[in-house]
Amino acid sequence: MPDVTFTVDGNKLTAPAGTLLIEACKSAGIEIPAFCYYPGLSLQAACRMCVVRIEKMPKLQTACTTPVAEGMVVQTETPEIAQARKATLQLLLGNHPLDCPVCDAGGECELQDMTFKYGAADSFYAEPKNHREEQKWSPVVYFDRPRCILCYRCVRMCGEGMDVFALGIQNRGSSSVIAPNVPAQMSPDDLAHVDCEQCGMCIDACPVGALTSGTYRYKTRPWEMNHVATVCTHCGDGCKTTLGVRSTSDGAEIVRGDNRDKSGINGDFLCNKGRYAFDFANSPDRITQPLVRNSSGVLLPVSWEQALEHVGKKLRELRDTRGGKSIGVVGGNRLTNEEAYLLQKFARTVLQTNNIDHHRTADYVSFAQALAGTTGKAASQRDIEKSPAIFIIGGDPTNQNPLTAWNLRSNVRLNKARIYIANTEEIKLRRNAKAFLHVAPFGYSALADLMSGDDSTLESLVQPGTNKQVALDFRAALRAEEEVVVLIGSELRGGDLKKVIEFGTKLPGRKFALLSDYVNSRGAADMGLLPDMLPGYTPITAGSNLATEYNIATEPGLDMLEIFDAAGKGELSALYVVGANPVARFGVDPAALRNTFVVVQEMFLTETAALADVILPAANLYEKSGSVTNSYGDLQQVNKAGDRAGVRTDFEMIVRIADKMGANMRALVPFGKGLHADMGQTRGAQSGEADRHAVWLTANNLEPRLSPFDPMAILDEINRLVPGYSLLRLQLLSGNDQHLSPAAPSDLVQITNRRDLVLPANDGLFTSGTLGRYSAMLADLQQNAASRTAAAEQTAAD
Amino acid sequence: MSTIANTIFSPEMAARFDKLVTIYPVRRSALVPMLLYAQDDLGYVSDAAVAEIALRIEILELDVRNVLSYYSMLRTKPAGKYNVQVCTNISCMLRGGYEILDHCKHKLGIGHKEVTPDGVFSLEEVECIGACCWAPAMQINYDFHDDLTPEKVDVLFQMYKDGQGKDVK
Repeated sequence: MPDVTFTVDGNKLTAPAGTLLIEACKSAGIEIPAFCYYPGLSLQAACRMCVVRIEKMPKLQTACTTPVAEGMVVQTETPEIAQARKATLQLLLGNHPLDCPVCDAGGECELQDMTFKYGAADSFYAEPKNHREEQKWSPVVYFDRPRCILCYRCVRMCGEGMDVFALGIQNRGSSSVIAPNVPAQMSPDDLAHVDCEQCGMCIDACPVGALTSGTYRYKTRPWEMNHVATVCTHCGDGCKTTLGVRSTSDGAEIVRGDNRDKSGINGDFLCNKGRYAFDFANSPDRITQPLVRNSSGVLLPVSWEQALEHVGKKLRELRDTRGGKSIGVVGGNRLTNEEAYLLQKFARTVLQTNNIDHHRTADYVSFAQALAGTTGKAASQRDIEKSPAIFIIGGDPTNQNPLTAWNLRSNVRLNKARIYIANTEEIKLRRNAKAFLHVAPFGYSALADLMSGDDSTLESLVQPGTNKQVALDFRAALRAEEEVVVLIGSELRGGDLKKVIEFGTKLPGRKFALLSDYVNSRGAADMGLLPDMLPGYTPITAGSNLATEYNIATEPGLDMLEIFDAAGKGELSALYVVGANPVARFGVDPAALRNTFVVVQEMFLTETAALADVILPAANLYEKSGSVTNSYGDLQQVNKAGDRAGVRTDFEMIVRIADKMGANMRALVPFGKGLHADMGQTRGAQSGEADRHAVWLTANNLEPRLSPFDPMAILDEINRLVPGYSLLRLQLLSGNDQHLSPAAPSDLVQITNRRDLVLPANDGLFTSGTLGRYSAMLADLQQNAASRTAAAEQTAAD
Repeated sequence: MSTIANTIFSPEMAARFDKLVTIYPVRRSALVPMLLYAQDDLGYVSDAAVAEIALRIEILELDVRNVLSYYSMLRTKPAGKYNVQVCTNISCMLRGGYEILDHCKHKLGIGHKEVTPDGVFSLEEVECIGACCWAPAMQINYDFHDDLTPEKVDVLFQMYKDGQGKDVK
């Protein structure tokens, strides 16, 4: 739209026509206070705080609903306006308890700020305030009615933003109240509740302390915490969560998770897991001492030195006597990129084994292979916010990737994006879709055929009894779109996945993304926690840079299942598990590991840890620094927030074990001044092979890292060696996301029949793999959801 | 034939509701009339009625409750057989509306929004009922009684008690 020019407080401003006055002023650094206005949600004009004087208009106007116009002359701060705002505040405070000293929002409250600014704490009202007791709407959402100023932000957030519509307004005038969707008389305990996704967005949007969070309420004050922005450890969307941290006698506990700075890839959004499910970090069940199994089979606490010595000695012995190929390594989906990279490098170069795998929650190998040789075909999470059309095959973003679902809904609401969904289930997102194709069970293969123009399998694609024309129309509508992001659920893999992508890459304007389950599922695959792939999906068999650097065996190792098969046959001498629970996940028979030396780095006594010979207590993602890659390939920095005495990061433990094994540490982690100082000279006293890393560091103006425990040292190596991981340091260090699309060079891709080991975790809103079990809040929410369902069935039966 | 299976309303009312949702440009415009008819049919708007209306209009029960709670003339608890609504707005107040209200309270032994133990009468203090010219006035169900005095109220109550009052719907 053309720009218009107008005057605010004597400053000449310019903004596109149609911009709201409040937004135009904000861009120019002029603050207009508002309670009910929330960017991205519908306009309400309920609070009257944003009133301004516009010349030639009668009465004061609300800046939140007035679009700027050519020649408009506005005053935003005059005695008249101050008086109007003060009067508004006096009305808002009519029933407000002014209990700021005990209120959670105290110090972060918009009403408090405005009351201080306009001095409206004195009231003309002599009537007693209308007090109501607080209500517990769910384990995480509490409502204090007297503090509510009826701005409707929560109602709009829940309805428009979340598409849940669990909150409404009831009664009228001064007795109006925000009401949840399960009224007291319909509830088994005669108390009102919310039946919703428990995302807590209403709490975030609330400008006052009327809605408070079950995990944080009355625990501390905002200024008593340190606030650390890091990446949520749960699903693969990679939301930034700001953790409020407080010192305790044995470290630092996490008190709050929220999204107040809104600077992350997730913008306004955070789901219940990012907001509440940090509590596993504070769990009393955590292992905080290294445990070693003694000769009578009992796990006993020992010192770190003893434990590491034992592990190092034993692994070295087994490697030297039974060979590296008898050792298996299992990595995790919540490790940082640096840890995952270091783990596979440690396995391949120090343990001398390619038997390394992780729980694959989506088929990133096929994804990368299908995209090999293309550029700009991998979609970022940012594309979901903006793309005019999105095609979703499989998956259930609402439950499994909440940020993706939020971005899809916002894109539909704000940009009129068109969503096309093909799914075997009637997923909730279809309510926002332009077209929904209900695929018959196991019909994704047929869908891939349909998309590539092969109609022969149409019969097995559509639900029995439905008209096949629906599918053809669906395809026609999709083909007519010029720009489409294809979002693929983790149930598509192998040949089907490749078919969908390969056809799409031939069309212009198509981008792809594959959804996965955990924070660094993508990173684990990118970093080569795979028996047959080096980092960046470089086939181990090909003569790549990486293989040359590592100087390792080129035959693929055993995959996850083969490792445990080998254990069953007594061929596995040692198993090293870092942040994973394969025993529960793959139903491994505990007896299989009887004769294997098992080392587990874990936070809790999981099924796998229970079988270990040595358990090393590990820090979680909230207690370490590094980087993670979300399922779209957006890399972000992880910052250390919490701390627990006695635990160590997986990075440190791997380095220390390697050291105890007598490995060449500088070859494993490039630190210090490098191996050689000759910068590639071929003659003279210092001739020899160039230290490629030192050369690269110099070329990139980077200093050598000083410590082998600095994950940045490994990040440098990732940057140098992993195809597609060419990072922008400033972007990383300033806490921004950057989109990477690692795909092995197409000449290295070999079409082989890989064994399909992808096992989507299908974690929903209230589960998160093994870790989820140790979150008390997730357990509460599961129970809450179950009781809601039971109540609903009861009512239906009545 | 009702479009809703197992309707809680009479076949006539169900048929009326079926039509009601079709005559407005948007479906939810039928909400307020439907609530009023449901209240007349059942005596109040029950939870079951809320559920069925939400289903008919294709909105959430929460939306129905939002509207239902807004209007003071919509009830969520049963009223008496005869709902006595006494106006105390300006004209009636000036002409003794509060006297009439107090008399009703005394006579029936109940207060605002209460029901007599036998369930025959319920009492409500209401805003203007549009009978200012003949204040003070009250409305019993849909029947108007104006130019009242406490004596006239006694006669009226006796009449309704004897079952001779009009029961307009």
